[in-house]
Amino acid sequence: MSELPAWSLPAGAAGEIALESDWPAEMTRDWAWGGSTGKGVRVCILDSGVDAFHPRIGHVESAVAVSKDEDGAAFVANDIEGDVCGHGTACAGIVRALAPDAEIHSVRVLGPGFTGGGSILLYGLRYAIEQGFDVINVSLSTTKKDYAAVLHELADSAYFRRTVLVASAHNMPVESYPWRFSSVISVGSHEEDDPMTLYYNPNPPVEFFAKGVNVEVAWMGGEVLTASGNSFATPHVSAICALVRSKHPELTPFQLKSVLHLTSSNVGGNR
Amino acid sequence: MTDLNAAVAAAALGSEERFRALLRSVVEVARAIFAAKASSILLLDEDSNELVFEAVVGGGEDGLLGKRFPAGTGVAGWVLATRTPLVIEDVARDPRFAKDVAEDTGYVPQGLMAVPLLHEERALGVLEVLDRQSRFALEEMELLGLFASQAAIGLDLLRGARTAQAALAGEGQLAVVARLADAVGVLDEETRPDAQRLLEALEAVLGHK
Repeated sequence: MSELPAWSLPAGAAGEIALESDWPAEMTRDWAWGGSTGKGVRVCILDSGVDAFHPRIGHVESAVAVSKDEDGAAFVANDIEGDVCGHGTACAGIVRALAPDAEIHSVRVLGPGFTGGGSILLYGLRYAIEQGFDVINVSLSTTKKDYAAVLHELADSAYFRRTVLVASAHNMPVESYPWRFSSVISVGSHEEDDPMTLYYNPNPPVEFFAKGVNVEVAWMGGEVLTASGNSFATPHVSAICALVRSKHPELTPFQLKSVLHLTSSNVGGNR
Repeated sequence: MTDLNAAVAAAALGSEERFRALLRSVVEVARAIFAAKASSILLLDEDSNELVFEAVVGGGEDGLLGKRFPAGTGVAGWVLATRTPLVIEDVARDPRFAKDVAEDTGYVPQGLMAVPLLHEERALGVLEVLDRQSRFALEEMELLGLFASQAAIGLDLLRGARTAQAALAGEGQLAVVARLADAVGVLDEETRPDAQRLLEALEAVLGHK
C-alpha cells in the first residue's frame, strides 16, 4: 500500500490514520499536568539572554546570541554575555519555578545598539524553530509590518512542527506581531496571585490571561524583584505548556491550546 | 523672504523650542497623572543607535539630561527594542540601573514604569515614570499606553518640523530644497515663469504629476 497522501483521505483509508487517544471525557488540571515537572521538555527563551548563574535558574542547557556582521547579515554564535537587561532571566525564572525539570535554552535577540528593527528577532525565531524546541517563549513583539508576513509563515511552520509559540500580547493601541497570529498562544495579564490560574478570553485576539501583575522575578546580578507586564504573564503559560507536554508528549499545539482552554478558570479549570 | 521660503520657514520656525516644550510637557503631565516623583523621556538617536535622555522632571535633571547609552541594553533598551511596556517595583535592586543612575544623579528610584513611544511602525523612544504613590494595577498600564500613544503622535509631528528646520539651516539632506526656494524667490518677474516651468518639469520627471 502506498503512503497516504497528506492532502486527502481516500475511501477506506481512515483506518490508516487511526490514533490512540487518552483524551479524558472530562478535562481536569490533574489529567493535564498533575505530577508533571516538565522533565524532557525543551523551553526556549527568546529574549535578552539568561543569567545561568542566578540561583533561581541554576542551569541553562544552551545559550546563543543573534547579532549582525559588518555587512548587516544576521548570524548565531554561542552566547557568553548572559543577560543584557534582566528580562530574559526573569522569564526563565518563572518557567524554572513552575516546571523545574524542563530544559531552559536561551536565544538572545538583544544587545548593545539593537533597536528592534525586527530582522534579528526574525532570525532568532527562525533559528529557534529549526532547533525543534517544544516551547518558545516570545515575550516581545515587533511593529514592523514588512516582517508580519514572514513572521506569520514562521508561526505556522512552528505550529505544524509541534513547536508551541507562546507570545505576549501588546497592551497598547498599536499593531504588533507575532502575538496576533492564531497559530501562536497569545497571553495578556490578570491581576490574581495564583501562578497557575489561567483565563480564556472569549474576545480574541488575546487568547489567555495569566499572572502578570506584581510577579516576583529573578533579575540581573542574582537579584529578585517585583515586576508587571504581559511579558511576565507569558512565561507562566510557557511553563504550563511545558508541564502538559512533558506528561502528554503526543499533544499537538492545537490540542494543547484546547487543554489550556478547558483548564481555564472561567471554563472548567477548577475541576 | 519669498512666499515659498516663508511657507517652509513657517512650518519649521521655532520647532526646536516647541519640541523641547512638548517633551517637557509630556514628562510633567505623566508625573501628574500617576502622582509620581519623577518622569523622563529617552529618545532614540538613529544615527548612533543610542538612547538619549531628552527630558527629565522631578529628579536628576542636571545629571541625566543629554546622557546617552547604547540601545538594546538595560530596562529602557529592552522596552524600546521589544516595543513592550514594563513595570518594575524595586528597580534599585537592578545592579546596573542603580549604579548608573546613582552615579549621575544621586537619586535612585524604587519603582519604574517604562513604555515605548510608538508611532505607526516607528519606535521613537521610551517614556519612564518613576516612584508612583500607588501600587501598580492594570488600569494604570492602560492609561500609560494611551498617554504614550498621544505623546508619540506629537513627538513624531515635531520631529518632521525639526527635519524641515534642519533643511532650511542647510544641515540636512533636503537643504537643496531650501536653497532652491531662495533662488526662485529672487528672480525677477520676467524669468520667474521660466523657473516655474522648470520646477514643474522636474516634478513631472520625479513622477509626482
